[in-house]
Amino acid sequence: MHPAHPADSRIAAGIIALAAITILIGGAFLGLILEGARDTSGAIAAFDSYLFRVARFTLWQALLSTALSIIPAIFVARALSRHPAFPGRGLILRLFAVPLALPAIVVALGVLALYGRAGYFSGLFSSLSGGDWPGIYGLSGILVAHVFFNLPLATRLFLEALNTVPADQWRLASQLGMGARSSFRLIEWPALRASLPGIAGLVFMLCITSFTIVLTLGGGPRATTLEVAIYQSLRFDFDPARAVALTLLQIALTMAVVFALMRLGANTTGDANLSVTQRRYISAGHGETAFNAITLIAALAFVAGPMLATVLAGLDADLFRLAGESTVRRATITSLVLATLSACLSAMLALSLIMARRALALQRGTGEKSFLERMTDTGAGFVLVVPPIVIGAGWFVLLRHTGDVFAVAPIMVVTVNAVMAMPFAIRAIRPAYDAASERHERLCAQLGISGWNRLKLVDWPVLRRPLSTAFAFAMALSLGDLGVIALFGSDSVQTLPYLLLARMGSYRTADAAGLALMLGLLCLVLMLVADRLGKDASR
Amino acid sequence: MRTLLFSLVSTLAVAAALPALAAEKLTVYTYESFTAEWGPGPQVEKAFEAECGCDVEFVSVADGVALLNRVKLEGASTKADVVLGLDTNLTAEAKATGLFSPSGIDLASIKVPGGWTDDTFVPFDYGYFAVVYDTEKLKNPPKSLKELVDGDPSEKIAIQDPRTSTPGLGLLLWVKAVYGDKAPEAWAKLKNRVLTVTPGWSEAYGLFTKGEAPMVLSYTTSPAYHMIAESTDKYQAAAFEEGHYLQVEVAGITSTGAKNPLAKKFMEFMTGPGFQDAIPETNWMFPAGKTDKPLNPAFDKLVKPAKTLQISAEDVAANRKAWVDEWLGVMSK
Repeated sequence: MHPAHPADSRIAAGIIALAAITILIGGAFLGLILEGARDTSGAIAAFDSYLFRVARFTLWQALLSTALSIIPAIFVARALSRHPAFPGRGLILRLFAVPLALPAIVVALGVLALYGRAGYFSGLFSSLSGGDWPGIYGLSGILVAHVFFNLPLATRLFLEALNTVPADQWRLASQLGMGARSSFRLIEWPALRASLPGIAGLVFMLCITSFTIVLTLGGGPRATTLEVAIYQSLRFDFDPARAVALTLLQIALTMAVVFALMRLGANTTGDANLSVTQRRYISAGHGETAFNAITLIAALAFVAGPMLATVLAGLDADLFRLAGESTVRRATITSLVLATLSACLSAMLALSLIMARRALALQRGTGEKSFLERMTDTGAGFVLVVPPIVIGAGWFVLLRHTGDVFAVAPIMVVTVNAVMAMPFAIRAIRPAYDAASERHERLCAQLGISGWNRLKLVDWPVLRRPLSTAFAFAMALSLGDLGVIALFGSDSVQTLPYLLLARMGSYRTADAAGLALMLGLLCLVLMLVADRLGKDASR
Repeated sequence: MRTLLFSLVSTLAVAAALPALAAEKLTVYTYESFTAEWGPGPQVEKAFEAECGCDVEFVSVADGVALLNRVKLEGASTKADVVLGLDTNLTAEAKATGLFSPSGIDLASIKVPGGWTDDTFVPFDYGYFAVVYDTEKLKNPPKSLKELVDGDPSEKIAIQDPRTSTPGLGLLLWVKAVYGDKAPEAWAKLKNRVLTVTPGWSEAYGLFTKGEAPMVLSYTTSPAYHMIAESTDKYQAAAFEEGHYLQVEVAGITSTGAKNPLAKKFMEFMTGPGFQDAIPETNWMFPAGKTDKPLNPAFDKLVKPAKTLQISAEDVAANRKAWVDEWLGVMSK
């Protein structure tokens, strides 16, 4: 056996993952295209001046939201990384995963509870502005909500990248007496920069597909995204040709931005040596510590504010009655089962793609990237800009004549959520996997360790923590998701967020607030469990 | 993990096996809030199953629009015997699909404002759109649509998007019915009073009850919920001089249902007390047929529209797109 061959099974795993994703997305498009081919007039008519305005606004708000989430996140992640052991750090990290699990309307109401016309701060803002506070409706409202969602996410992902900096480098920096500025420039920035395009791309994709936030906080149809137009074309007009055309436009816009972002990044050459240092040697000076403390407190206040408002609203609800209701308990179990399955599938997909990408990159050496490598790299991430309603509707059209479509609903929810969470899982796992591969690749080749043995003996100990992070993130995302079941009929899958919206839709706002609190707590518990599971591995 | 997987798989298996056990079955497609545990669905199902000795299966989708799309997509092979929950803005489009059969039932017990003559669709409830306001925040609520349009722009209203929501379309038609060709000018003024345009009713109503806006577009029956379930008079509907726009919710028998005798039986049952008694305090709409019990006195306190406004289903179907585009043109300036 040739020593370079161990990589093959990894590439095969990646190809299988890509094929599964292609079937899911391609099938949906096929369904819609077959249905829409009969009448394409709607698709052509869609491209008018109004659509141009919508596309421009969509891009603009997404770019601004991304910049406002990413730039502060770099500093917050760095502050967290420079102070690995202050009290409450773990709690902050866990809290930062909660926004992902909250349905958009809950976040919108939480943000408004602070900055709205009737918000806690409206008195203060009114006296400052010398008039009645008009609330943050408009672009500012959209941005605040998007940053609330994405700053914590980006922070955690950047931190994951910083964690891959070998301890030896820190020791060296400390021995050389590097200050905060030079260690940022020489040690942290290269690691951050390598992951910057990926993380920024991810946040951009989340913002460009925003729907409820944009409509509710945007103040009127001036603030409309392409996602709204896609939703309208499927929900109100049922015009599949138009939906497909708009989705393709959305993908094209995203691709343009993501490729531009990639130019910001750089490929780092990782450290090929095994790390010998156990402890990190970081000593932040007084000035730096103060700056980091302010950064952290500001970020925490920004993120915790709307969450606190959500908790306060939730405490008004009759929580004991809610928790006792069999519907609520059933929905909780359904949510947990579906989210667990999605997260497993998601982590598997992500790991397969990461391994394949790494193996392909090693085989390639310094040559041009192949199509396959590009697909396992950024390509697969574009699933995020395919609206779930498009996937749901497409598969519904395909499956409608094949017996019981309702039975397919749970499978649909699991797979779509898994694929939608996959890009997040990739961002969480990849820095650790690539860094570990840099160190272990030659050793494995020399010792002839490959396949399952390698995964178990070499990769698992290093990947355990990022994998559990990825798993928890994927689970949180799936917990909060609502998108897919719209057309399938939801009787078979009643999840917690579904129940929440249903209560809201029938005047029971207090119940809905209580359910939001329960959903948030559930997510927090998940993060706790994930941390526990990840920690056991740390030597 | 393995037990979770197992329970999911077995749930699926049971779900797939169930229909085979039932002998006589009626499938009704409806919207989600109808089948929710606090909706009319559970009561209606129990009452009709007792009467017919059959099995009723409700299948629910998001709302009336999704319902029509669902039936259109399934075409003649649809499993639905009865489709329940379309409103009069959708009936023309639904009829045009050719998927619905004449109901063939006696409409004598049906009472909706303006009367009912359609032979395909049968109403099961109705309601009026209204501006609901917070009495503690708004001392002088508008007394007409005109006052709403011309009023103080600092007193805001939360409305819904006609592209994604039924009440949103309702307000659009209401303004059209009152202002006709002058509707764009009216919207240009009303725009300044609009706090925000939400994708659905829930978001707008949530903003309203959170105190973000003192007014919201909803139904004349909304205050009944707050009076009965929360014992508060805080939220009231404003009576408008020009009249209120009517929404009638209907059900129809599909071509599949025409072959199932239970479908017609269900439609007859729907117009009687076994169904109608459940409507007021679960669907929060007015019953369109015979009831046994008198309505809760709270319903007597609700706004009684001086005039009923309605645009015919055919006109709505023909103009909806143009009118929504017109609205969009004004509102997104």
